[in-house]
Amino acid sequence: MAELFAAGQQPDVLFWVGCAGSFDDRAKKITKAFVKILNQANVSFAVLGTEESCTGDPAKRSGNEFLFQMQAMTNIEVMNGYEVKKIVTTCPHCFNTLKNEYPGLGGTYEVLHHTQFLKQLLEEGKISIEGGKFKGKRITFHDPCYLGRANGVYEAPRELIRKLDAELVEMKNCKKQGLCCGAGGGQMFKEPEKGDKDVNVERTEQALETQPEIIAAACPFCNTMMTDGVKSKEKEASVVVMDIAELIANAEDL
Amino acid sequence: MNYLPNIIFLIILAVGIGYFVNNIKKLRRNIKLGKDIDVSDNKPQRWKNMTRIALGQTKMVVRPVAGFLHIIVYVGFIIINIEVLEIIIDGIFGTHRIFAPLGTLYDFLIASFEILALLVIVAVILFWIRRNIIRLQRFIKPEMKGWPKKDGNLILYIELVLMLLFLTMNAADYQLQQLGAAHYTEAGSFPVSRFIAPIFEGLSLSTLIVVERTAWWLHITGILIFLNYLYFSKHLHILLAFPNTYFGKLGPKGKFKNLDAVTQEVKLMLDPSADPFAAPAEDAADPEKFGASDIMDLSWVQLLNAYTCTECGRCTSECPANQTGKKLSPRKIMMDTRDRIEEVGKNLDANKGKFEDDGKQLLDDYITREELWACTSCNACVEACPVSIDPLSIIMDMRQYLVMEQSAAPSDLNNMMTNIENNGAPWPFNQMDRLNWKEEL
Repeated sequence: MAELFAAGQQPDVLFWVGCAGSFDDRAKKITKAFVKILNQANVSFAVLGTEESCTGDPAKRSGNEFLFQMQAMTNIEVMNGYEVKKIVTTCPHCFNTLKNEYPGLGGTYEVLHHTQFLKQLLEEGKISIEGGKFKGKRITFHDPCYLGRANGVYEAPRELIRKLDAELVEMKNCKKQGLCCGAGGGQMFKEPEKGDKDVNVERTEQALETQPEIIAAACPFCNTMMTDGVKSKEKEASVVVMDIAELIANAEDL
Repeated sequence: MNYLPNIIFLIILAVGIGYFVNNIKKLRRNIKLGKDIDVSDNKPQRWKNMTRIALGQTKMVVRPVAGFLHIIVYVGFIIINIEVLEIIIDGIFGTHRIFAPLGTLYDFLIASFEILALLVIVAVILFWIRRNIIRLQRFIKPEMKGWPKKDGNLILYIELVLMLLFLTMNAADYQLQQLGAAHYTEAGSFPVSRFIAPIFEGLSLSTLIVVERTAWWLHITGILIFLNYLYFSKHLHILLAFPNTYFGKLGPKGKFKNLDAVTQEVKLMLDPSADPFAAPAEDAADPEKFGASDIMDLSWVQLLNAYTCTECGRCTSECPANQTGKKLSPRKIMMDTRDRIEEVGKNLDANKGKFEDDGKQLLDDYITREELWACTSCNACVEACPVSIDPLSIIMDMRQYLVMEQSAAPSDLNNMMTNIENNGAPWPFNQMDRLNWKEEL
C-alpha cells in the first residue's frame, strides 16, 4: 500500500490479510489462494503489509475494550492516511470489526468478506468458476458465526459452492442455527472450560453426519477448529477442510 | 342489600388492580436501577420489530410444535379478554351478559371464546406433558430446579383452572337458559359447554344458579390473582415482550457497542500533545467504572431483558458451550440477573429507598467467572430468543469488568492480549514477518 501511495496510485480495494492469514501456516494458504484469484481477475488491490495490525477483535471479545480501541484507532489512522475506501478480508472476525465497530471510531469503509467479493467478481464476469475436480463432490458448508448470524451473510459462500457443480449438503444446524466451531470470543487462544466435550468436536460430528468429502469453511479460525475436529475423529484421510477461496483457486488450478 | 354483590365486586376489582399497579411501580423502579441508554433512534424499525416478533410471534414458530401451541394460548388469552370486559361491566352494574343485544355477533363471540378455551386447555395439557412426562432437556437443566420448575407448572395449572371455570360458567348458564330461568335470557352460542351441560341435568334452578355464580366469581377472582402473580413469576413476558422487542438491539448482531469512556482515554493516550502528568480538572467527574459487576452497571434495557425472560431455555439449548457440558447457560445469566435485581429491590424496600451495601454482587455471588469465560460470543442465544433478549451483552459487560477493572482474565487470554500490545497479533510473531507469505506465492 505504501509503495502504491508513494507512486500516487490508489488501488481499488485493500486486502486486509488478518493475523491468521499473515502468520498461521494453514491460513496463509487461504491468503495465497485468494491472492491468486485476485491476480487472475486483474483486481487492483494492495495490502498494508507490516503496517497492518490486529483489528482488536479478540481483545474486545475478551473484555479488553482499551486494547481494542488502541488497535482500532491506530489502524484507522493508517487506513485513513492511505484514503482507503474499500476493504476485503478473508477473516469474518476482521470483517465484522472493520465493518461494524470501526465506523464509530472514525473509520468508515465499504467492507466485504472475500466470499461476497468473489461472488461480485463472478457476477461481473471477472472470474469464472467451473467445477473441475470438485464436480459432484459432497461439500458441506460451516457457517462462521461472525459472517452468518453476526452479519446475515449466508448465501454468498453457498452460491460459490454451487457454482463448483458440487453437491452442497447442509448440516442439521446451519445458517441462522449454525453451531459455533468453538473459536470465537477469545476461545481460540485459551483452554476450554471444563465440560463433556470440545465444541469443535461437536460441530465436526455434525459435519461428518452429512458424509462430506469436503468441509468448506470461510474463516481461518473455523478452519483450524474443524481441521482439529476431523483429526480427533481420525477422518483426515477421507475428509478435508478447505476455505472457499482455496476451492475456487484449486478448481481453476491456480 | 341488593347492591352487596356490586360492592363486593368493586372491592375485589380495586384490590386486584391496585396491587397490580403497585407491582408495576416496583417493576419500573427496579428496571430504572440500570444505567440510562439512548434507545430513541429508528422508531419505525422498532415498531416493526415489536409487531413482527411480539405481536406476530415470528420467532416462536422457529420451533413449530411449541410455536403452534403457544400461538393458541396467546390468541386464546387475548381474545377471551373481551369476555373479561363483559364480566367486569356485569359485575359493577349487576347486569347479566351486557353484550347480549349484539345478537348474532354475540353468538359468534361466545362460540369463538369457547372453542379457543378448549384449544387452550389442550395446549396447556400438552405443555404440561412436555415439561413433566417427556421432560424436554431444556426444562430440566440445573437452573430449573426448585422454584422455576414449580413456577412453570403453577402457571399451567392456573390457566387450566381459569379455562375450566369459564366453560363451567357457560355450561350452567346454557342450562339455565334452556330452563327459562329469569335473568338468564337466551344469548350466546355454546359449542363446547353444551356438551358439559348434561352433567347439570336434574339440578334445581337454585343449585344451577349457585354453580353458575360460583364459576363466575372464581373466574374473575382467578384472573385478578393471575394478574398479580405475574410479577412474582417468570410470566411477565406476556406484558414485557412488547417493550422488550421494541427496545431490542437493532443492526447487525456482531456489532458490539464501543465504550465511550474508553474512547476518551484512548484518544488522550494517542494524542502527542496531551500532558501525561496533568492533574485532572477540578470539576472532572470520577472516572467511570468499566464493565459490569452488578446490576446497577448494566443498562435498563438489559434489566428489562431479565424481567422479560420466561425461562423457555431456547437460548441455552442453542448455546455451544452448554451443549458441550460447560457451566454456561444464557438462561441462567438472565435468571441470575433478575434474582439479583429483586434482591436489590427488596433491599431498597427495607431501607426506605436507599441501597444498603449487602456485600453481594451479580458477579461471583450469582454468575461465576467460569460461566463468563466459556462464552464463544457466537450469538446463538440472541438469535434463539423469541423476545429479543440479549444475554451475550451481559456476558461481555461482565468480562469487561473482569479485564479492565480487575485484570482477571484467564492467563492464556492475558498472553494473547500482551502479544497484541507488543507485536500487533494475538501470537508472538514478529510484525516484520507479516508479508512473508508473499514470498511463497
